Amino acid sequence: MRILFTLLLLVMTVLGVWTFIDSETFLFGPQPEGYTWWWPAEISTYGEDIDFLFYLISGMILVFFVLTEGLLLWFVFKYGAKRPDKGAFSHGNHRLEFLWTGIPALLLLVIAFSQMSTFASIKFRSAIEDEPVFCDIWGSQFDWRFHYPGADGRLGTVDDLQSPFELVVPDDQKIVMNLRSRDVLHSFFIPKMRLKQDAVPGMTFPIWFQADPEQVALESKNHFDIICAELCGWGHYKMSGRVRVVSRSEYEAWLEEMTAKQFDNGFEAD
Amino acid sequence: MSHSAPNVAPGLGAPGTVRESHDHHEIGFFRKYIFSTDHKVIGIQFMMTGLVMMILGGLMAMAIRWQLAWPWTKMPLIGNLMFPKTGGAITPEFYTMLFTMHGTIMIFFVIIPLLTGAFGNFLIPLQIGAPDMAFPKLNMFGYWAMVPAMLCVVMGFLAEGGGPAAGWTAYPPLSTITSAAPGSLSGQTWWLLALTWVGVSSMMGAVNYVTTIVKMRAPGMTLMRMPLSIWALFIAALLQLFALPVLTAASIMQILDRTLQTGFFTPTNLIVNQMNPEMAGAAAGGQPLLWQHLFWFYSHPAVYIMVVPAMGLASDIIATHARKPIFGYKPMVYSMAAIAGLGFIVWGHHMFASGMNPGLAMTFMVSTIMIALPSAIKVFNWIGTLWGARIRFTTPMLNALAFVAMFIIGGLSGIWMAATPVDIYIHDTYIIVAHFHYVVFGGSVFAIFAAIYHWYPKMFGRMMNETLGKIHFVGSFVFTNCVFYMMHQLGMAGLMRRTADPYDYETYAHLQPLNEFISISAFCLFAWQIFFVINFFWSLGAGKRVGRNPWQASSLEWSAPSPPGHGNFDQELAVHRGPYEYADPDAIEDFSPQWVQNVGAGSDSSRSA
Ligand code: HEM
Ligand SMILES: [Cu+2]
Ligand SMILES: [Cu+2]
Repeated sequence: MRILFTLLLLVMTVLGVWTFIDSETFLFGPQPEGYTWWWPAEISTYGEDIDFLFYLISGMILVFFVLTEGLLLWFVFKYGAKRPDKGAFSHGNHRLEFLWTGIPALLLLVIAFSQMSTFASIKFRSAIEDEPVFCDIWGSQFDWRFHYPGADGRLGTVDDLQSPFELVVPDDQKIVMNLRSRDVLHSFFIPKMRLKQDAVPGMTFPIWFQADPEQVALESKNHFDIICAELCGWGHYKMSGRVRVVSRSEYEAWLEEMTAKQFDNGFEAD
Repeated sequence: MSHSAPNVAPGLGAPGTVRESHDHHEIGFFRKYIFSTDHKVIGIQFMMTGLVMMILGGLMAMAIRWQLAWPWTKMPLIGNLMFPKTGGAITPEFYTMLFTMHGTIMIFFVIIPLLTGAFGNFLIPLQIGAPDMAFPKLNMFGYWAMVPAMLCVVMGFLAEGGGPAAGWTAYPPLSTITSAAPGSLSGQTWWLLALTWVGVSSMMGAVNYVTTIVKMRAPGMTLMRMPLSIWALFIAALLQLFALPVLTAASIMQILDRTLQTGFFTPTNLIVNQMNPEMAGAAAGGQPLLWQHLFWFYSHPAVYIMVVPAMGLASDIIATHARKPIFGYKPMVYSMAAIAGLGFIVWGHHMFASGMNPGLAMTFMVSTIMIALPSAIKVFNWIGTLWGARIRFTTPMLNALAFVAMFIIGGLSGIWMAATPVDIYIHDTYIIVAHFHYVVFGGSVFAIFAAIYHWYPKMFGRMMNETLGKIHFVGSFVFTNCVFYMMHQLGMAGLMRRTADPYDYETYAHLQPLNEFISISAFCLFAWQIFFVINFFWSLGAGKRVGRNPWQASSLEWSAPSPPGHGNFDQELAVHRGPYEYADPDAIEDFSPQWVQNVGAGSDSSRSA
């Protein structure tokens, strides 16, 4: 049992480390091009910062994982052997307690404080203070709808353009959006942009992202999934949307086409 | 009824003799086994109920896994029976009810009752040397309050529209507006009533545990001589006492929202299913986030109610079978207290994406990251306990060590989520699901298994079969990791929880094979529990009979007969030392029981094995 259990722990630890190092080919062989069992490549300006923090923490987690599981299985192996004498009559050790309280405490504090500037630069109002609102997002059971300002350049008026399902954005500006819900909670999630925010009925949250054209250029396509990330009823699983990142000129062309379609009353044939 | 009984059952023989203690007054079958006030019987009642509910919750998990691996296909065996309209496939509505009830049952009807109800009841008087709980009748009522709770849960499923479907977190307005989901008709009200009854039960238990531990310890049982199980149960009971009223108030508010349209949680100007709930008479002006704050103010401490007792049980078991004193007893106690204290100021970490003030989110981040510290201290001390040990690989020990190994994984992944920028991406993905299953399944459930294997001989006077136990352990350990480790990978790829059919998304299309692997592992994990069930029942009649102290343990419960009679102890009790005095070089044997004064050379061998 001693050998078997040590082996179980060893396999668990090794496979665990393997998922950190090479999640793509882990056990099941290579994934289809562009798909991973790891974070998908990010394509927004702040994506890089978030991913960096993730890797920072992952590094520390990995060290502690190997350290603790390693000690555990080593001791299980070593002190599981039959021995003629009694075990060590030890009730603890002050110095060790100080060490393993102090060092993790410091590391954890470092982790905590290293998160703050990134979080502030994404979430604080100051990040979008002088930016115009690009569009409104309305979530309702079970779809997303994007409202663009119409000819008057203002949102919430009768000439707003409505785009169901698809959010089209130019790649050269901060996209600031007012997120709202008509009915229950939803959550606006664009995995590749590293953007997620709940939509709460009765409240408006300004959220933003900015596509990073260089990263987008690396992708095989220019549209990406929008997913509802908060349970909103039986159809939650299909509450999807799509963000399409285009150049400024393509964006303007699309907007024109949208306007034409929406205000086409069917009479002005040419 | 017996709280005025003296600490020691009267008129019994010399310490250490194995004898059945007998009841002095004859009580009927009903009073003895059904409406019993004996803490041991109540503990076993909680245990049996919890295990049965675990099968129920497990079956629901299997259905969930079926859907995730092969969405909308005919479910084998029971498909046609349950879903005649769809040709045996799950409906999306039913899927939401499934994961709602799976979570609810596992948390409120399995883990909490098993840890605090079963082991809290069984162990507290025995380990502190008391004849029973301080309030035996209240204790009995605490168990029977679970019955209306279970009835309400069943009623929810039978109700029009089906069971509650807003998740175990029951976020409004999905849960408060009847037109928002089929299960929000009356299923949700039954769910809230069930929760309220569970709360009543927990509250009575908690009052009892705290009073008993404070007031009824045997002479010599100072606070710092209490086994860590007792400390853990004490701390968990305090958590219940302080946090539960908030949940009870919140669920009553939600009941009022649903029945009297009070509108605590429902904002104005909603259009749900083409209907304006205000026009339908539902008052508004409420705030959905208020529920989230109130809910997590209880439910974050509740996750510690689900793990702190497990930590205590595992500590006892590890020390006993490692034949070594626990490493750092006091740091162990203080870190549990720290977890409990910090546990009250971290609830906001469940709401990082909710739209709360980002400045506030940062303070919650710091407190949450710091709560990993006491958890880490505990892990180091368990490992320290193994250093220089003489480990016996019994089934309880294996399960307890597995608890440590898997709790580490769950604790470490908590740090990712606590970091607010990282949590933007991983909130509500399968990483969360992996995290809490590692702490609750890998952690608490394995600790519960360890505890059942360990205290079974004390409960029933017979051992469980070791071979079957080991088979059960190895399979469970392997499959648990296959199931839950791989969920991290799903979450990394961005898979959202509570998604009935993710594969239409480009982002998720390639995840189906991985989900199939997880589902197959989950079916194996479930099926593997048959070894436990067989072992449990077979050993009741055929297990090897044991004396008082089959594990050669040194805490007080092992001085009582197995099983202990009414009043528990048949000898004068005095506590002479801490609970983990194993391997004392001056003692004759490698364990020095708390109840034996002289263990050194030259003393009589008044210990029984
Ligand atoms: C090392 C200490 C821990 C830390 C730092 C931690 C952190 C977190 C965080 C930040 C979340 C929210 C993630 C999100 O929704 O985005 C979370 C969720 C959760 N944690 Fe932990 N956790 C720890 C230990 C535990 C323990 C010991 C348990 C239970 C025994 C537990 C059970 C849960 C559960 C059940 C959820 C999910 C609740 C839900 O949304 O349904 N955690 N944890
Ligand atoms: Cu949704
Ligand atoms: Cu929490």
